[in-house]
Amino acid sequence: MKCKTCGQKATVNLRQHRLGLCTDHFLEWMLTQTARFIKKYRMFGPDEKVLVAVSGGKDSLSLWDILTRLGYQADGLYLGLGIGDEQNPYSAESHRLAQQFADQRGLKLQVVDIRETHGQTIPQLAESVHRGQGRPCSVCGVAKRHEMNRIARDLGYDVLATGHNLDDEAAVLFGNTLGWQADLLPRQAPVLAGHDGLARKVKPLCRFYEKDMAAYAILRGIEYIYEECPFSVGSTSIYYKELLNRLESDRPGAKLAFYVKFLEARSVGLFAAQQAEVSQPLFTCPTCGQPTAHEGQCSFCRMVLR
Amino acid sequence: MTVKLVLRGKEYEVKSGMTLLDSLRRADILPEGVLAIREGQMIVEDEILREGETIRLVAVISGG
Repeated sequence: MKCKTCGQKATVNLRQHRLGLCTDHFLEWMLTQTARFIKKYRMFGPDEKVLVAVSGGKDSLSLWDILTRLGYQADGLYLGLGIGDEQNPYSAESHRLAQQFADQRGLKLQVVDIRETHGQTIPQLAESVHRGQGRPCSVCGVAKRHEMNRIARDLGYDVLATGHNLDDEAAVLFGNTLGWQADLLPRQAPVLAGHDGLARKVKPLCRFYEKDMAAYAILRGIEYIYEECPFSVGSTSIYYKELLNRLESDRPGAKLAFYVKFLEARSVGLFAAQQAEVSQPLFTCPTCGQPTAHEGQCSFCRMVLR
Repeated sequence: MTVKLVLRGKEYEVKSGMTLLDSLRRADILPEGVLAIREGQMIVEDEILREGETIRLVAVISGG
């Protein structure tokens, strides 16, 4: 296979686009496409301060790399979740890699350790609350959303960017569609507008396949955490991704079409009725001051203060 | 007449002379879930595998 741009040997095959590219043209293509999606979905402007949530994984570190190469003012945020042990120091290693990435490029990394800030690690929190019984990922999700929003708001960032790729988005969409979760469908978008104390959230990588993000990280020489979070082994999201990849293998472009056609349907108002329902005014948590869907303490404060 | 595919420490032996895509399918590895590296260089699915070589496969799916 040859690079469509220069005719040299291709190192990446983007089957969903019927496009082979050499290393240089693939890396260039990733930049121009990301810039295109940031503009298309009106994610943020050149003068806005971006906070990139980095986990030490390929997607978030690549996102930070792309945004800085595009010239955006992007700092990183690492949340220390306290996952792992001496044999598999997952959080310690992911922190080391995120810090190394920042140091090598002279970038600013904001670090928040959940245990230092709130007294318990994610595994400890998961064991102590009903929500976490057998589902530590649920507790982790609540904690990450809360802390990312808190830091973005308190430190004056205009927008919070996450490294969700198309496979992440398609897997969530697949799960929500399988369960006909009408209330969740309108909440999935490349941009979630900021309001009532909620930071604007954006997903600049939402149109890139996970495989292409891994290729970007490797070809850019980004050292990322290769091992999985120990709690994600056997997770539903990975199972859905594998199912979708079986479909993709037989029908290249199927994943992309599934997600993009959903966004098109959403933009023409297919979920307008559900959108109106989820756009109800939010309450303010009396403990932390963050917005919450229900009156009283937010989910996070109910977990950590019980 | 074999080629070694290595994925997360597990070795798969496939015949040389096949394309990477065919060898992945023979080994029951989903092509969408891996990147292939030959001598430090990424290769695409139509590459013909050579006798005696080892191809490192990088898993790309992460979750949580």
